[in-house]
Amino acid sequence: MALLQIAEPGMSSAPHQHRLAVGIDLGTTNSLVATVRHGLPQAIADEEGRVLLPSVVRFLADGTSEVGHAALAHQALDPRNTIVSVKRFMGRGLRDVAHVENLTYDFVDSTQGMVQLRTVAGVKSPVEVSAQILGTLGRRAEAALGGALIGAVVTVPAYFDDAQRQATRDAARLAGLNVFRLLNEPTAAALAYGLDHAAEGVYAVYDLGGGTFDVSVLRLSRGVFEVLATGGDTALGGDDFDHRVYCWILEQASLSLLGPEDMRLLTSLARTAKEALSSRPNAAIQARLAGGAWVNLTLGADTFFGLTQHLVQKTIDSARRTLKDAGLAPSEVKGVVLVGGATRMLHVRKAVAELFGKPGLTDLDPDQVVALGAAVQANLLAGNRAPGDDWLLLDVIPLSLGLETMGGLVERVIPRNSTIPVARAQEFTTFKDGQSAMSIHVVQGERELVPDCRSLARFELRGIPPMAAGAARVRVSFQVDADGLLSVTAREMISGVEAAVIVRPSYGLSDQEVTRMLAESIDKARDDQQLRALREAQVDGRRLLETTRSALANDADLLEPAERAAIDAALGALSAVVEGEDVESIRNANVDLSRATEEFAARRMNRSIRGALAGSRIDDVLAG
Amino acid sequence: MSTPIPDHFALFGLEPRFGLDGDQLTRAYRTVQAHVHPDRFAAAGAAEQRAALQWATLANEAYQVLSSPVRRAAYLCEQRGVPVAGEGGRSIPPDFLMLQMQWRQGLEELRRHPDSRRLDELRQEAASHCRRELANLESKLDQEHDFAGAADGVRRLMFIEKFIKELEATGDDERAAPAT
Repeated sequence: MALLQIAEPGMSSAPHQHRLAVGIDLGTTNSLVATVRHGLPQAIADEEGRVLLPSVVRFLADGTSEVGHAALAHQALDPRNTIVSVKRFMGRGLRDVAHVENLTYDFVDSTQGMVQLRTVAGVKSPVEVSAQILGTLGRRAEAALGGALIGAVVTVPAYFDDAQRQATRDAARLAGLNVFRLLNEPTAAALAYGLDHAAEGVYAVYDLGGGTFDVSVLRLSRGVFEVLATGGDTALGGDDFDHRVYCWILEQASLSLLGPEDMRLLTSLARTAKEALSSRPNAAIQARLAGGAWVNLTLGADTFFGLTQHLVQKTIDSARRTLKDAGLAPSEVKGVVLVGGATRMLHVRKAVAELFGKPGLTDLDPDQVVALGAAVQANLLAGNRAPGDDWLLLDVIPLSLGLETMGGLVERVIPRNSTIPVARAQEFTTFKDGQSAMSIHVVQGERELVPDCRSLARFELRGIPPMAAGAARVRVSFQVDADGLLSVTAREMISGVEAAVIVRPSYGLSDQEVTRMLAESIDKARDDQQLRALREAQVDGRRLLETTRSALANDADLLEPAERAAIDAALGALSAVVEGEDVESIRNANVDLSRATEEFAARRMNRSIRGALAGSRIDDVLAG
Repeated sequence: MSTPIPDHFALFGLEPRFGLDGDQLTRAYRTVQAHVHPDRFAAAGAAEQRAALQWATLANEAYQVLSSPVRRAAYLCEQRGVPVAGEGGRSIPPDFLMLQMQWRQGLEELRRHPDSRRLDELRQEAASHCRRELANLESKLDQEHDFAGAADGVRRLMFIEKFIKELEATGDDERAAPAT
């Protein structure tokens, strides 16, 4: 593949061995892990040859758990402790969850924070449930690849908001994975498709999964994958089609007040019927319920399409809006890549073909394409890329970010579809004489009024010195990183008083909760964890030494003697401890060396840009 | 010593001019991102990751500003100490005020009584004003170096662009209305 031709940034010139990295698609219904082997992305199967891991976790009384097929097999028998479609709860409060009356869980009664589930093994957060799935896939990969993973790319729906992204990142952390990047699912699919077909031009990705819908429009041009616009609905997916069929069954069979076992049974029959209708005109639904009643129904394809056409229409409206955001007409799209098992439904395919005037592209397995894309990106991020095999992803934030202002109005700070990373600042002032604090409420969404948007975080800037109303100048800065995660700082410009938060969303976990969960999981395998922590610190330390030395060899002329001396001192300190056994001192020395080289790194980046724009390789610039 | 942050033009190795080759800008932007994007440093140390985040953020901001003629012109004015927003603005010439009022009335009229031919006329009129203002900006900024005059032009262009957006939205409402 001849793609983007760029020079090595020169940051890690030392040769290195192949580093084990994976892409993980953490799906609503199924999850899977993939890696690049012999230059090609491929899914990793379990011991029995199965690639898809059902995203189902069953908690047992002895504190252990079953994940995947085993848990799935028990869902109708043990519905309270068997958690399915947990992705729908990530970063969500109880009142956000659709069809809560049809769910068989024992929700912890709380109006604040993320949904919590009471199981026989204790109260579980969706983050912990997802961590079980991620951990299972991580171990599967390590077993198959024969070594420890250096990092993973975990995919999220493009339309996930900040709370949902944070929750996913926390889950991966809890599972012991080093997350290189959260990657948007449609972008991952476009990457897999684009590389596989050497595609150029404007493409759309229509991704209808088990619980989420995304549509992204990208421009593919000489190795650059640029997302132009993204849209979707994080509470719309195949599950909703199942639910419509489930309701139809209840109505047709005149059933009401089912127990949790029967609810699960009929939901899974509804899903089977839906799947059958992708290749047959009719589907039989037969079951014997717990009370002895029989269900015996036939669902015709036309009936099914009629029951669910409004759901399909929602996705089409969303795709239309996204095209408009991208400033494109449907006919300007060269191809539409179909992703997600739910795109097998015939009326979905038909509606997509009608909108774009061409049938969707399905030659890559819609269940695997996201994980394959994530795997190639993980391989690149791990530093395994082959010469000439290179690309750049430019992604966007899906939803606007803003602040609450007087009267409950939203002041937009960063508009949706801004390319990330992005930073923006806005200035506010006090409205009372002598006002000493200002409360800052960060929201995400497109609506004008605060209650119609999602509340991400609240914090206070305190200690503003007494000034007349309107005299203080409070500058609130937003920074969204390459994972699409937001951090916010506020600073009073006259006095210099400052407050900063990494946004811990209102619906997220507090740092204490994450620490507690980590501690609990460490308790179970303390020695193992400690050894792992030591190895990680050592790997980080060695890499830092290597890159710093190579940076000094290339660019030492950018440093004043005093700066050079400070770096040398930190370098010496780290090399003195890196092969020892003391995790803390290695970590501290890592941090010190990182800090000492921060300014150096910025200058080197500036030099590398200058060299690149001058149209010459960095080495040439240095030689000249 | 600390690294001076390059201005938006210098970051992409471009002359600080209003007249700009869009393809060259896009090429330079991509080259810069290819060197500084955080994805390049995912496995690097914390210092490099922080520097990458800052440089990539800067490149995105600069590209956004330079890609938009009105923002590019405003940026050039501000670089020369002539702010476009706020009280610094001079009074709006009466003939432009007249035009604004006429357009507003025309838009109100269209909202009450949709008329696709009239809408098209208004669109073309706005588009031609837009072209004229852009040509004016180029000569004010690149030839005459009249930054105060350019700032006035930027304010007019901002109004025209906003108006064009409203016209588009009006057209959409019309198309979205159910056919009865």
